[in-house]
Amino acid sequence: MGLLDKILGKTSGAPSKEVTAAPTAAPVTKAPEPVKQEVAPKKSEEVKVSKPKLAYVHLSGCTGCLISLSDNYEKLLDVLGAVDQVYNLTLMDQRELPEGKIDIALVEGAVCLQDEHSVHLIKETREKAGLVIAYGGCAATGCVTNFCRGGQANQPQHESFVPINRVIKVDAYIPGCPPTPEIIYNVAIAAVTGDMEYLQPFLADKGGYACGCDLFTKIVENGLCIGCGTCASSCPTRALEMQFGRPSLNNTRCVKCGACSAACPRSFLPVSQIEKKLMV
Amino acid sequence: MAFGKYKEVYALKAKDNAVTGVAQDGGVVTALLCYALDQGIIDGAIVAGNSETPWLPKPVVATTKEEIIAAAGTKYTISPNVAAVKDAVREMGCDKLAVVGTPCQIYAIQKMRLYPFGARHVPDKIAMTIGIFCTENFTYQGLKTIIEDHCKVPIESVKKMEIGKGKFSIKADKDVAIPIKETHKYEQPGDHVCTDLTAEFADIATGSIGTPDGWSTTFGRTTRGTELLKKAIAAGVFESKAMADVQPGLPLLEKLEAAKKDKAKKHVEEMKSLGLFVTPGIIY
Repeated sequence: MGLLDKILGKTSGAPSKEVTAAPTAAPVTKAPEPVKQEVAPKKSEEVKVSKPKLAYVHLSGCTGCLISLSDNYEKLLDVLGAVDQVYNLTLMDQRELPEGKIDIALVEGAVCLQDEHSVHLIKETREKAGLVIAYGGCAATGCVTNFCRGGQANQPQHESFVPINRVIKVDAYIPGCPPTPEIIYNVAIAAVTGDMEYLQPFLADKGGYACGCDLFTKIVENGLCIGCGTCASSCPTRALEMQFGRPSLNNTRCVKCGACSAACPRSFLPVSQIEKKLMV
Repeated sequence: MAFGKYKEVYALKAKDNAVTGVAQDGGVVTALLCYALDQGIIDGAIVAGNSETPWLPKPVVATTKEEIIAAAGTKYTISPNVAAVKDAVREMGCDKLAVVGTPCQIYAIQKMRLYPFGARHVPDKIAMTIGIFCTENFTYQGLKTIIEDHCKVPIESVKKMEIGKGKFSIKADKDVAIPIKETHKYEQPGDHVCTDLTAEFADIATGSIGTPDGWSTTFGRTTRGTELLKKAIAAGVFESKAMADVQPGLPLLEKLEAAKKDKAKKHVEEMKSLGLFVTPGIIY
């Protein structure tokens, strides 16, 4: 089964989606096998290999998510080698989403409702893409664009920015402002190697969506917090501080990126993966 | 398998008087961190140090033996050690960081290594995790109430506190011990869903249960943890005995661990019956 069939339980419409995958789980602490080995056709038989088509859709955001992706440095080549990138405004000379189906759309940024192009682009992305991933805080929760009230230079008419799930159905979320280079690397490698166990916590139908508010509504208010401090160290804006063993939120600094509640050991606990990948 | 996966288990006692004089039991954590720092296996360690408030710990990134020894001894209240991880790596520049923590804090670190949501360039700098056996923890106000209202001793006069043999005991101007049962209601609620007594996902896990006074039961769980233990023992850092040769030994630990796991399962069922969110994966 192809990647998208596995994730969505349906076909993407694109032909031949078999990806030759490394048999091992997504390596987290060491670099994976070079991708070229994985996709090298065998001499004796003709192997049809088609990499997943990836579109990087850039809406209203600061481009920090893309920078974070490129902060994988040489390991970025693993990611780029594993996919067929068909659209990326910042990195490619391709101004429009290409015709036909796309396998994965990685969306950075929120949708500006006053920007017709922005609304059109996210709709078109949903129509063409098998899997839409809200990549980073702005796409997932609105993040810093939540602070916009309109009337600002240089587009004073741009007032309302909404997370993409208000306009389209989202299949998976990658929280963080920006998501760390490691997390996007791990997700990419897990996606091409078919490590579904790793991807579970990101999927919308398993939760996926994460916001700082969840830290309080799900964890602290339910008496699950043990005061480990993971949330405070995960916060990119230092909005969280540990006081007497519990997180205390300065909500004027919180950008709703969701890193704190995603990282919390009480939001989900990947015990079997810890056993398999780390207890060696 | 009881106690989680492990490669080796020992009864250990640190030899260095500077350590045993201040440490809780066998001084395993303190002596091991000092040795690892000496050998360049780590270049810093997050430990529960002292703050200005008596017995309220704060996370400290220790980079010298003096700082490690100054943080020795158990504090029976919350020290958010994981909060210091990013500072240790990004501000203090530790490349080979050891983290000391309770089992739940070790969960957090291991989850962070697999899912570094807010931990940019951190996971590859975690060189060692040392877990401390834990049955429960108290909030600071809970601990203060136990000491001042139940033991009737001012908290600032306390020199050492310990839990063992069914008692919560303190050494102060006078020594006081109360039944551990009296303290149960002050346990932080988040502990009640925890199934892990022996830090099952740490590289090295240690605690007093199972060994005589002044000794610590110590598990080497991963290759890197076990290697560090073996090197330290070979270098003469510890007196070492086989667990089979000490009393009460592993059967007691197994009994207590099973009790903790059962309690957690019951509590999770209660929470679920109320329709409350419970951490996926917490019961294993």
